[in-house]
Amino acid sequence: MSRPERDELLRLAGVTCGYASEAVLVDVDLAIRSHEFVGIVGPSGAGKTTALRVIAGSMRPAHGTVTRRPGLRMAYVPQVETINWSFPVTVRECVLMSRVGGRRLPWASRAERAQVTDVLGRLDIGELADRHIRELSGGQQQRVFIARALLGEPELLLMDEPTSGVDVRLRHEVLHLLDDLNAAGLAIVLTTHDLNGIAAHLPRVVCLNRRVIGDGRPHDVLTSDVLERTYGASMQVLEHGGMPVVVDSYRRAHAPHSVESAA
Amino acid sequence: MIGELLRPFDFEFFRNGLLVATMAGALCGAIGVYVVLKGMSYIGHGLSHAIFGGFAASSLIGVNFLLGAGVWGVASALMINGVTRRRVIGSDAAIGVITTASFALGLALFALFGTAGRSFDAALFGSILGVGTDDVIAILVVCVLAGALIFARYRALLFTTFDPEVADVAGVNTARMDALLMVVLAGSILATMQVLGVTLIAAALVIPASTARMLTNSFARMLQLATVIGAVCGFVGMNLSYHLDVQSGPTIVLTAATLFGAVFAVTGATGRRRAAGITAPGPLAARAG
Repeated sequence: MSRPERDELLRLAGVTCGYASEAVLVDVDLAIRSHEFVGIVGPSGAGKTTALRVIAGSMRPAHGTVTRRPGLRMAYVPQVETINWSFPVTVRECVLMSRVGGRRLPWASRAERAQVTDVLGRLDIGELADRHIRELSGGQQQRVFIARALLGEPELLLMDEPTSGVDVRLRHEVLHLLDDLNAAGLAIVLTTHDLNGIAAHLPRVVCLNRRVIGDGRPHDVLTSDVLERTYGASMQVLEHGGMPVVVDSYRRAHAPHSVESAA
Repeated sequence: MIGELLRPFDFEFFRNGLLVATMAGALCGAIGVYVVLKGMSYIGHGLSHAIFGGFAASSLIGVNFLLGAGVWGVASALMINGVTRRRVIGSDAAIGVITTASFALGLALFALFGTAGRSFDAALFGSILGVGTDDVIAILVVCVLAGALIFARYRALLFTTFDPEVADVAGVNTARMDALLMVVLAGSILATMQVLGVTLIAAALVIPASTARMLTNSFARMLQLATVIGAVCGFVGMNLSYHLDVQSGPTIVLTAATLFGAVFAVTGATGRRRAAGITAPGPLAARAG
């Protein structure tokens, strides 16, 4: 069994797992270190969510090992599409859910109330504590679930498609927020479909399609070869403002000339 | 007038029935919140029918009703819970097979061998005539156990009900929470069967919770409101049952349904929007990829 290095939070070694008899992840090696900000990209069905579940411990691998640093505190933010927004729960009640391991009494202690107020204030949603979760904007809703995760004081934050189905402004808002949290010392692993809007901005990208196809800095990983092997489709990588810009070949072939010249 | 309203309190069976109906209403109201929010209404309905099989079998072989139907009910509940969690086959189909087969077995046993002690009609539609001290004690015990579970595991139950996948990551044993909830549900159905009847228990679980949902957006307040609404409907319905000379189950359920209609009308679009959402799919669906 491989042992985590000193600054490693966790390590997946030769992990194979799936649902029923179908393997979704095959022989995956992945290490997450302290303060890292990692994006996992890949096509639908590539095993991104499954990888997060294995990291989180909610799914056990059929083969291979997952080694976590003893006492590692993790928090998981699910896709907003999976949330039941009609559930009768206020922002305060939702955030307090992460305090499930300590105090058993149903009502929050004075210290817990202060902590909830503090974390909501840090995320600029302090005035929404008594609102129902459906009565918020998309960005505020995302912040509520990040607040719930942060209340557990995690060292590693796992986020499944945090910008799925959101507009550009909200995507920027979420990305800036995560950047700030990462700068404050929080390690973050997220999954995303958004190569240009999210992945290209992260310090480390993992291309996954059942297996790890590429792992490293966006410049090193977001290449035509790696992306073609990941997505099974021809893709071109251009450079714009010092950052890689991925354009699929169909779009490129039919795009106006001005796009290429601008890039 | 007042004397006429208070006359049934002279009878011990009525006082027992009223006590049981009020506690049953509160119990079903509280448990119903979890049943409704987890989308388990069909399970509650099916489980009440499944327990009827145990009721018939225990009646036939002369085993204590609470013991026989209790063992049967808990076994059915855990079986349904296992099928639902593992998704080996469609849960609706599996629940339909398990519960209706058990109900049919109960009907067949009663048809073949008749009843011994407990009334067939009372089991189906509820009656206060057979309510004795043992029924009061039984429901009191179930109420205390259910209340203790909800109080002690409030946070874990809420997390499991709202977001089981994340609750799992946060260290909540969601499988145990689901199993505990099913056992409490079976116990509640068992204890309330005499007053409400197996065919009407599902309504006692669903209506107070749905009514409470229209009145609030807070989980804690919904739990409190549903408990109070259930208790009030049990109390009022039982009194109506005596004065109208109608079985207790239908009057309790009709009282709750009337209150639901009134709240539905008063809360208007806001209430309807809230109530419409309670059957929305939760975050249970497993996604691969």
